[in-house]
Amino acid sequence: MSILVDENSRVVVQGITGREGTFHTQQMLAYGTNVVAGVTPGKGGQKVQGVPVMNRVAEAVEMEGANVSCIFVPAAFAPDAVMEAAAAGIRVIVCITEGIPVLDMVRVANFVKEKGAMLIGPNCPGIISPGKTKVGIMPGHIHRQGSMGVISRSGTLTYEVVDQLTKSDLGQSTCIGIGGDPIIGTSFIDHLRLFKEDPQTEGVVLIGEIGGTAEEEAAEYIRAEFNKPVLAFIAGRTAPPGRRMGHAGAIISGGQGRAEDKIEALQAAGITVVLNLAELGDTAKQIMAGQ
Amino acid sequence: MKLHEYQAKELFQKAGIPVPKGRLLTSRDKLGSVLEEIPGPPWVIKAQVHAGGRGKGGGVRLVKGQGEAAEAVAELLEKPLVTPQTTAEGVIVHQLLVEEGVDIDKEFYLGMTVDRKLACPTMIFSPSGGMEIEEVAKQSPDLIFKEPVNPATGWMPYQARNLIYKLSQVPGGYTVKELSSTMKKIYDLFVANDCSLLEINPLVITKQGSVIALDAKMTIDDNALYRHKDLAQLDDPREKDPLEVLAEAASLNYIRLNGNIGAMVNGAGLAMATMDVIKLAGAEPANFLDVGGGASEEMITKGFEIILKDERVRAILINIFGGILRCDVLARGVLEAAKKTDIDVPLIVRLEGTNVEEGRKILEESDLDFLVARDMAEAAELVAKEVKRQG
Repeated sequence: MSILVDENSRVVVQGITGREGTFHTQQMLAYGTNVVAGVTPGKGGQKVQGVPVMNRVAEAVEMEGANVSCIFVPAAFAPDAVMEAAAAGIRVIVCITEGIPVLDMVRVANFVKEKGAMLIGPNCPGIISPGKTKVGIMPGHIHRQGSMGVISRSGTLTYEVVDQLTKSDLGQSTCIGIGGDPIIGTSFIDHLRLFKEDPQTEGVVLIGEIGGTAEEEAAEYIRAEFNKPVLAFIAGRTAPPGRRMGHAGAIISGGQGRAEDKIEALQAAGITVVLNLAELGDTAKQIMAGQ
Repeated sequence: MKLHEYQAKELFQKAGIPVPKGRLLTSRDKLGSVLEEIPGPPWVIKAQVHAGGRGKGGGVRLVKGQGEAAEAVAELLEKPLVTPQTTAEGVIVHQLLVEEGVDIDKEFYLGMTVDRKLACPTMIFSPSGGMEIEEVAKQSPDLIFKEPVNPATGWMPYQARNLIYKLSQVPGGYTVKELSSTMKKIYDLFVANDCSLLEINPLVITKQGSVIALDAKMTIDDNALYRHKDLAQLDDPREKDPLEVLAEAASLNYIRLNGNIGAMVNGAGLAMATMDVIKLAGAEPANFLDVGGGASEEMITKGFEIILKDERVRAILINIFGGILRCDVLARGVLEAAKKTDIDVPLIVRLEGTNVEEGRKILEESDLDFLVARDMAEAAELVAKEVKRQG
């Protein structure tokens, strides 16, 4: 098992004819992902990396049985692409695109929820169930199949963490980048709920950062309902207030979103928080060995 | 992107939200003619800088005559202003807003922002106007009223009633109408301009019962600027660090900090974590620099040049986890920058991920002098050692 995506996932790549879309389709195929179709409006009938291109997501669902979407569409058109996927009945939508305006995401997030789909991202590296499928842009080779779930607001920071886990002999069930924007489709809690029910997952690493209160909410959920060991890391302890640290969502504003508050909330919920990123792999190994 | 108060007030005026009569002053010679156009005395002279806490820093002056006005202008214009939110050197004031004085009866706070948890715009209203809203939230949270807006319906008049009738002293009918109409206009302005924050603090009720926005703060969502060319032109680069302006032009995420360890990292999360690691090692980061997931060789070169322009930098840490950004691209970018500039500080390089072997080889075969760190732990150690060595 794993969560959300596995060997049965049939992926449609929206924006497949673009530079990023084409490159990562090739990378996903090389990893063994079942990319069944691509969508670029007006380019239906072409092929990219041997994958048939269609004009609409609905066609990919009807003709190829697509059930997962991976979106590489530019920010100005991405909201429409996400809503198209949700309307076509895609249940897991992964939006890699960075730079979507917040007020667009307000409409998108509400629409996707209404349709009963799960949106991962935007502004995220995607989701991977190692050994089964990779839907996104993460380097596949650093992952190994195993028992750790990983949920993160960041991209390369997740690679760093996964790399340390793999080097500490801790494989992963599923790794999800939930995205670095202020408004994202799914939260830590949405994925923790799934990890709770997943027999393959024995422990979870949660990677947060400054901005918002998602980590505090996750801490409360873990304290009340989660029954597997959780290890957390929060980036941005040295970030100055009021400045946006790269990610649109990474900003300490009005005294909210500080790393210290997040760390405190997580620790109060009994969660081990790694303060030095360099020690994450070793700490995870100790915790999992103690189980 | 932050707007100046006078810019936000111009947008308010166009939207029909009342503001005090005022004029922008950029040179002392114009003071006389500006004062002639504005009812008064008294007048209020306000420094136009993005930093908050202007009042506490002496950047807002109430003046009772021409002489006092001239004095205030002499003290503020083209002089540094230090507020609780600036550095100790402060920021230079290039523009002043001169306004008529207003007869204040009551002060409120009215703001709008996007609630991340509820994923919708939310109106915030409080009878504790004129104070820092964060302080009010901490000390008397019951005085902060909120109305989340359903994006499908937009702002509805009943929501204004929800906010206004929570007041312990409900104002008269005329004022209620004015407040209600202002709230609707604020919502429309917020959405039309893709704001991430819109604040009026204080929103005042005059002795005549009229509503006036005494202050105005607007922050525009950077990601939406592509569809607001008119707003993008309101950007004031003088408010930013010159190195940050350079970085912005090169599409790099760079923020100048107070330390002396330059850092170049790919990805915002890893860049923040690297800053934290530098600090844990007993040093201070000089900057946050995220070259992004898909940086080109030119962007790497540019980023490296910007770090080297910062004279305080005594060591540089490059931490790259190659995903989309390949390590060989990074290595070539660094070498290109090294050709153009003398690197006279120690360079610590940590490379991992896509094409790492090729990247390391390129660096090793060059005549660039650098230290290799195999992982984050070693990178931190080397940084600490360098700092210690240099005392």
